Amino acid sequence: MMGFNFRSMRAIYQRELYRALRTAFQSILAPVLTTSLYFIVFGAAIGGRMPDLGGVDYGAFIVPGLLLLTLLSESTSNASFGIYMPRFTGTIYELLSAPIGVAETLVGFVGAAATKSLILAAIILATATLFVDYSIAHPVLAVFYIMLVAASFSLFGFILGIWADSFEKLGIIPQLILLPLTFLGGTFYSIDMLPDPWRAAALFNPIVYLVSGLRWTFYGSADVPIEISFGLTLGFLAICVAIITFIFRTGWRLRA
Amino acid sequence: MPLRKGIVFTAMEIRLCCCHERGMDDIILRLSGLTKTYPGGLTAMNNVDLTIRRGEIFALLGPNGAGKTTLIGAVCGLVTPTSGTIEVFGDNIRNNWRSARARIGLVPQELSTDMFEPVHRAVSYSRGLFGLAPDKARIEEVLRSLSLWDKRDEQIRALSGGMKRRVLIAKAMAHEPDLLFLDEPTAGVDVELRKDMWRLIGEMRERGTTIILTTHYIEEAEEMADRVGVIRKGKVLMVDDKNAMMQRLGTTEAVITLAVPLAQLPLALKDFPVTLENGGSKLCYRGGDGSGKGRAEVAGLTKALVRADIDYVGIEIRESSLEDIFVGLVENDAGEAA
Repeated sequence: MMGFNFRSMRAIYQRELYRALRTAFQSILAPVLTTSLYFIVFGAAIGGRMPDLGGVDYGAFIVPGLLLLTLLSESTSNASFGIYMPRFTGTIYELLSAPIGVAETLVGFVGAAATKSLILAAIILATATLFVDYSIAHPVLAVFYIMLVAASFSLFGFILGIWADSFEKLGIIPQLILLPLTFLGGTFYSIDMLPDPWRAAALFNPIVYLVSGLRWTFYGSADVPIEISFGLTLGFLAICVAIITFIFRTGWRLRA
Repeated sequence: MPLRKGIVFTAMEIRLCCCHERGMDDIILRLSGLTKTYPGGLTAMNNVDLTIRRGEIFALLGPNGAGKTTLIGAVCGLVTPTSGTIEVFGDNIRNNWRSARARIGLVPQELSTDMFEPVHRAVSYSRGLFGLAPDKARIEEVLRSLSLWDKRDEQIRALSGGMKRRVLIAKAMAHEPDLLFLDEPTAGVDVELRKDMWRLIGEMRERGTTIILTTHYIEEAEEMADRVGVIRKGKVLMVDDKNAMMQRLGTTEAVITLAVPLAQLPLALKDFPVTLENGGSKLCYRGGDGSGKGRAEVAGLTKALVRADIDYVGIEIRESSLEDIFVGLVENDAGEAA
């Protein structure tokens, strides 16, 4: 038998996408509605009273940050639920007994989670045009970067879904760590606006580099060099892949 | 086995013919020294040696916590053995795990399915997951064979417990496994459905599937199994052909109610394994084996009573079942362990 089971991977991928369609309100409509509210409040209502940032209108300035906010939370939660639910309901037995390795499992679960995030990103960008005027300076790089972030955080979510042994744990890291870091990572402001000790402290927040990277692809300027943002994101992705490979090799939290 | 000339052979004939050529020693699964000790220190499997022959139904019997599910999990990839080897389809499973798993099916004990998924989608998913191309005709065949076709568009949560178990069997059959594990396949289902399941398992065997089942219903093993293994506290106590086991360990028990109580056993009965009980009013025979020897001896006993002019008013005779043998084996082992 070949080393990569394409049909198995496709089965997992299609099933995960089907699950998203089955819960379309929770998976698609809810995040789009939430992001639209951000655009209305911060972009259209408050944004009109804010000065331009780096020559970019405030409403347009927050588009990459809000996009990233959705990408991070949705990629993480989709992937974590995707693998946690089979563990919770016991259907994981079928995955573990199937002729599939880490590659098929990852492409299936993480690919589906990332695909959902990309669909959401496209809907959010389209929705944003209703509220603010924005442009994308480097569209190819922007798409690549969005895909990179979606894949990285889907991998991260997959690890969370294997680590968590309760619904409470499943929500702890996205809500208590990821969300605050994203809000403090320059989603709604440039870290240049912070006074000095806080500006230096902000550079320890990894989300700053993600927001900054995506903002660069939109407007050609950012708080940190684009090379550092790309490098750190790729590094994060590599670490997640290494952890998942370790999990599958040892069977940690999967096999008795 | 002579084959008919000039006509198409049935699948059953071909299977029997192949079995005949290969002999009954054709091993599909061989476990050698298989041990599993969990991190907490519990040894669920202790140096298990077991071989399963191609095409047979093998029943693994044991009390709760005996290690049945751990054994199945080790073969199916759910449990990592601490030591020992698993050889399946003639090769170590470590070397051929992909091709081996593609040919193994598992019906778990728990009703574990995505309850919101429609039946046909769940079964089609299982086929794809095991690396096979979509095949609507095959899915329809599986669903029809399990009386699930009319329920194909219903969400699994809407089905009864018995039908949910059928869905699990359909999922395991969707990729046409050569070796199928059924972990308590009839747990919690009513008598009618259980007999339906037995029929279905028989049909799967006729199609050439090797079946290993665990069960609490000894009657189930007695009805279907070719061979039986008894496991307790992770150790296989005995593996034998079911009929041979019943012949070797089976007994006959007869109670003859006498018209007039006896004070002591008459000499005419000295060659029979009998005792007087209930104040001499009952003559109890315990002997024979599972081959019918006991019944013949009881017949001889009644003739001896007539010859000795001892009148009797009733006879109750009972052959031991597989359940009696199983309970005896497990209790003996528990006694020895103590």
